[in-house]
Amino acid sequence: MKVVVDYGKCTGLGICESLAPDVFEVNDDGELELKQSSVPEGQLEDVEAAVEGCPTEALRLEPDDSSADTE
Amino acid sequence: MSVEHLVVVGASLAGLRAVEAARKAGFDGRITLVGAEEHLPYDRPPLSKAFLEGDRLDGAPEIPLFRSGETFRHELDVHLMLGEPATVLDPERKVVCVGQREVAYDALVLATGATARDLPGTQGLDGVHTLRTVDDAVAVRAAFEGGARTVVVGAGFIGSEVAATARKRGLDVTVVETLPTPLQAAVGRTMGEICSSLHTRNATGLRCGVSVDSVEGRARVERVVLSDGSVLDADLVVVGIGAAPSTGWLAGSGLVVDDGIHCDATLWTGVEGVYAAGDVARWYNPLFGRAMRLEHWTSAAEQGARAARNALDPATARSYSTVPYFWSDWYGSRIQFVGVADADELVIVDADPDPGSRCVALYRAGDSVAGAMTINAPTEIMKYRGMIAKKASWRDALSFAESRRAVAGVS
Repeated sequence: MKVVVDYGKCTGLGICESLAPDVFEVNDDGELELKQSSVPEGQLEDVEAAVEGCPTEALRLEPDDSSADTE
Repeated sequence: MSVEHLVVVGASLAGLRAVEAARKAGFDGRITLVGAEEHLPYDRPPLSKAFLEGDRLDGAPEIPLFRSGETFRHELDVHLMLGEPATVLDPERKVVCVGQREVAYDALVLATGATARDLPGTQGLDGVHTLRTVDDAVAVRAAFEGGARTVVVGAGFIGSEVAATARKRGLDVTVVETLPTPLQAAVGRTMGEICSSLHTRNATGLRCGVSVDSVEGRARVERVVLSDGSVLDADLVVVGIGAAPSTGWLAGSGLVVDDGIHCDATLWTGVEGVYAAGDVARWYNPLFGRAMRLEHWTSAAEQGARAARNALDPATARSYSTVPYFWSDWYGSRIQFVGVADADELVIVDADPDPGSRCVALYRAGDSVAGAMTINAPTEIMKYRGMIAKKASWRDALSFAESRRAVAGVS
């Protein structure tokens, strides 16, 4: 699975970073950066919690072979 | 007995997440969602921010609904009972009363939230509003559009955000706070002092350490008289002096209620089949080893989901632990806080010369880091949430802060 961010919705609140810090990090400007877009082995539950925990519903998970844009 | 009917009382964030989590967990029985307001569940944080701003051309902001009615009825297959509050819980018969109707449950999640406190003596006076519901926000927004001279009572999250939005619209606004600094109950006095500079540099009047003696006017508010005798002319008074858990309807139910519904670590109330979530729940947070009641978005969402899963399958109930997190946006600055503020020591580990522009502060409890607060340091805050969750030592937190400063210094 890979993570897709809707940057039109994300406001950089960072809940995702606290739940899955290997995948998400909010930078100094308050923008969310993906440290990796694929869900690391054994971390699906954490990433799912991050997706569910996003107050702006800016995150979703997609199958790896999806061609959807990440912007 | 297996659960055939899940009833969720309270149709805000925690109630919504309860419903969604139940379906996600594979529950295919009936779900009823009871809400006191007529509106479909909506998101509250925007009500004191974007919803009050004046940037929409048509002047009619949309209610920030979480889901459409269609989604509730078809995707989630939920029976909605909106517009009337639950008034009685009878756990013996496993029945909730809503108006004249009785709703029988097998499993029940209570997520009735909290009710904004009114300023005593202002009932019946036009132009005085709390800000909790979308109806409140519509009224405040209309007053903003009329150019209201605004007095905000209470410099907590809601009051401070309302003041910031009023200034963004160019309105005259004064904030009155009984305590010595804004946000003091949530972040302590030192950090509250730093927050006060956000108000004053944005030309918001800030009157701390005084209370409201009276709010005067004939049919509408005209002025606010303060305890030091000073008078503030006002067309609009927004009252942000906290909220009380909505538990009055549970009197006689047998549930233990004292500043919230008492729950164990699994959000169970001690009464068969009955769980609680969100602002109304006072539950035992294992991570901090004590009972807490939080009025935060994150915990409401997570508790709603956890309470529903536990209510559907009590035998495998899991406890809910969290490091509290809240944020608040003032004048384009973002305040973020993780953990708890009632600490033994506060250290500002990183700050601009003007700490209101950017700072990072840590709170110590015993030998551990218990809390962290940032202003405009969004890349720092969640690192500390992780450390608090792992019960990191105070020394480790300080040396981590040192390493972050070193990184920032060379970049």
